[in-house]
Amino acid sequence: MLHTFIVYVDNKPGVLSRVVSLFRRRAFNIDSLTVGRTEKHDVSRMTIVVDTDADQARRIVANVYKLVNVLLVDDITGEAAIIRDLALVKVAATPESRPRIFELANVFRARVLDVAPESVTIEITGAEEKIDRLLDVLRPFGLMEVVRTGQVAMRRGAKPETERSKEDAGAIMDDGTVSYSV
Amino acid sequence: MGGTMSGQKPVLTGARILWECLEREGVKHVFGYPGGAILPVYDALRHSSIHHILVRHEQGATHMADGYARATGDVGVAIATSGPGATNMVTGIATAMLDSSPIVCITGQVGSKLLGSDAFQETDITGVTLPVTKHNYLVTRADEIAPAVREAFYVAKSGRPGPVLIDITKDAQQSSCEFDWEGAAPKMRGYRPDNSPAKEAFTKALELIHSAKRPLILAGHGIAVSGAEHEVQAFAEKASIPVAMTLLGLGHFPASHVLNLGMMGMHGEAWVNTTIQEADLLIALGMRFDDRVTGNTKTYAPNAKKIHVDIDPTEINKNIKVDVALVGDLRKILHELLPAVEMRDRQKWLEFIRRLKGDSAVRDIQNLPDNGHLYAAHVISDLWHETRESETIVVTDVGQHQMWEAQYYKHDRPRSLITSGGLGTMGFALPAGVGAKVACPGSDVWVVAGDGGFQMTMSELATIVQENLKVNIAIINNGYLGMVRQWQEFFYDRNYEATPLLSPDFTKLGAAYGIKSMICNKRADVIPTIRAAREHNGPVLIDFQVEQEDTVYPMVAAGSSLHEMIRRPSPIVETAGDE
Repeated sequence: MLHTFIVYVDNKPGVLSRVVSLFRRRAFNIDSLTVGRTEKHDVSRMTIVVDTDADQARRIVANVYKLVNVLLVDDITGEAAIIRDLALVKVAATPESRPRIFELANVFRARVLDVAPESVTIEITGAEEKIDRLLDVLRPFGLMEVVRTGQVAMRRGAKPETERSKEDAGAIMDDGTVSYSV
Repeated sequence: MGGTMSGQKPVLTGARILWECLEREGVKHVFGYPGGAILPVYDALRHSSIHHILVRHEQGATHMADGYARATGDVGVAIATSGPGATNMVTGIATAMLDSSPIVCITGQVGSKLLGSDAFQETDITGVTLPVTKHNYLVTRADEIAPAVREAFYVAKSGRPGPVLIDITKDAQQSSCEFDWEGAAPKMRGYRPDNSPAKEAFTKALELIHSAKRPLILAGHGIAVSGAEHEVQAFAEKASIPVAMTLLGLGHFPASHVLNLGMMGMHGEAWVNTTIQEADLLIALGMRFDDRVTGNTKTYAPNAKKIHVDIDPTEINKNIKVDVALVGDLRKILHELLPAVEMRDRQKWLEFIRRLKGDSAVRDIQNLPDNGHLYAAHVISDLWHETRESETIVVTDVGQHQMWEAQYYKHDRPRSLITSGGLGTMGFALPAGVGAKVACPGSDVWVVAGDGGFQMTMSELATIVQENLKVNIAIINNGYLGMVRQWQEFFYDRNYEATPLLSPDFTKLGAAYGIKSMICNKRADVIPTIRAAREHNGPVLIDFQVEQEDTVYPMVAAGSSLHEMIRRPSPIVETAGDE
């Protein structure tokens, strides 16, 4: 099944390559990976989706934690969370088909960003399946270009819910100067 | 460095800061090879009290640092230049990675403005070594050197140790900044090397230990890393549990102890592998269920519950599913566990194992009649008898001789065997032996290598002579790449493709370096030769010309179940068949 991990990492050069290299060499198959900035200037956040079983998911968490630049790993699979994907879709359009494309976009609560003589470009945000379904209904018109961001995820509610992540998140988020001097 | 006024921090070049940091980390020796991109560091060496040992190949430097680290537990340091100097280190780094050895490798890098331009001798060495280091650093500014070095040492030796590489651009070595040692203390918010298990895990482990009828301890390298030798012994004795060892576990529990069984796995003792398959509880202490230890994991210890104690959470359930995992420092965990461990009578179980041993004894080559041939096992056994009383470190290469050493040299002290286990790196022994001797000048160091592996790194003979190190080298010379030949014998229809091996006259080779060199090809000569070697005040090389097509028994073929061993033919069984 698909497992979704939120990974907080040091915002330093090369960290993405460390994470990706780990997945490659341990033969964990990445379904989707996104990375971006967070509310902290020195922390980046990844959402990684992997098709795997529960045992391997635990191994992934342990392995990702082992990377020195990883601050927190939160497996939100099966937890209350908001998961979103964004897609830009360029569909072939004629004057005749254009209203039907608009109508479909409207049903899916997608936005029309650009209308050209032979195409319409649509932006849609939502769960992965919703975007898949929009693409299914647009496909007969002719999909000229599709780009998707991959999934980003966030737990619902005010605070991280698991004990482990609460503890770790506390250490990381409240005190950026935790010292392990020797 | 001159005395610092209070509050005034000295301004130094990056190169000098590097040496200052190494000194403060307690480094006395470094193994290295200079080159263009690391020259500023070498130029600054004259300000340092650290002794630099010039190697003949950068791979040698990493194995030396590794041998140094394994002999002492301290961090070993290797230095090389950019490009080929750095890439030559990769094998040594990977060797240290798989055997959890704490080394710090420092490489020069082209100037930061040239990074990414394919400049002369530029290699992306942090990219290259990413999967084989515990962590690595690309340092492009002088003021990043001290924090990187302090972090590197901390990461290398804490938790599960491993290699760390610091790549320093030439301009970072040349430019100057304030040297602030205190300010460079590691601030690593994401790195948590220590874990402690939950209370319930202890309770569950104790239940399993107390209810087990046929328990067995699997002792690994983690015992030495954690410094838990005494605790393991106390635990085994209190609970009356026999101890089997991995290759890297040898010596961390005394071979002469009544509860010691010996080595497990592919070339482990037959009784040990049978015991594992019969056990109802395995207590794995600082080992990782490597495939050379388990054989076929589907049929491994089918009746046993498993307790796994390891500091690295990624090892839990990686190869073998366990019932209880205690993740943390072995010594601390045993300290906590010991008072609650109850005495148990295991006479029936121990008696069962004793009977298994009897069958192996009659097959043992040491007990077979002398047929005039010299077998490697004789050499190792005699070496053990001759050196057991003194502080001896045996450093082996990889192959048949390594397995014979493991079987016939009975290690009683921790860190008295240094060998490449996980990566199985041929060419390891000679340079690692140099590192061990530099680290422990008071110990006798014996390098035991095959004629194949020895020729991979024999250029380090010059290092031995230049440093005037009393290293004893025993080449187990059988004219083949013996272990590969053995696989060809068993699994490839005796097609000895590319395994017959020509060697130089090793005594002439040794003599060319000014090393006392001897040949030994008779069993009766082994002990006198070893004695002559020990008495000689300087390095010695012995060419032991042994039986060519000898085989390491027992053997569990790769992928076979642990109890499906190829055994040395038993003379008793054969005689019975003849009559």
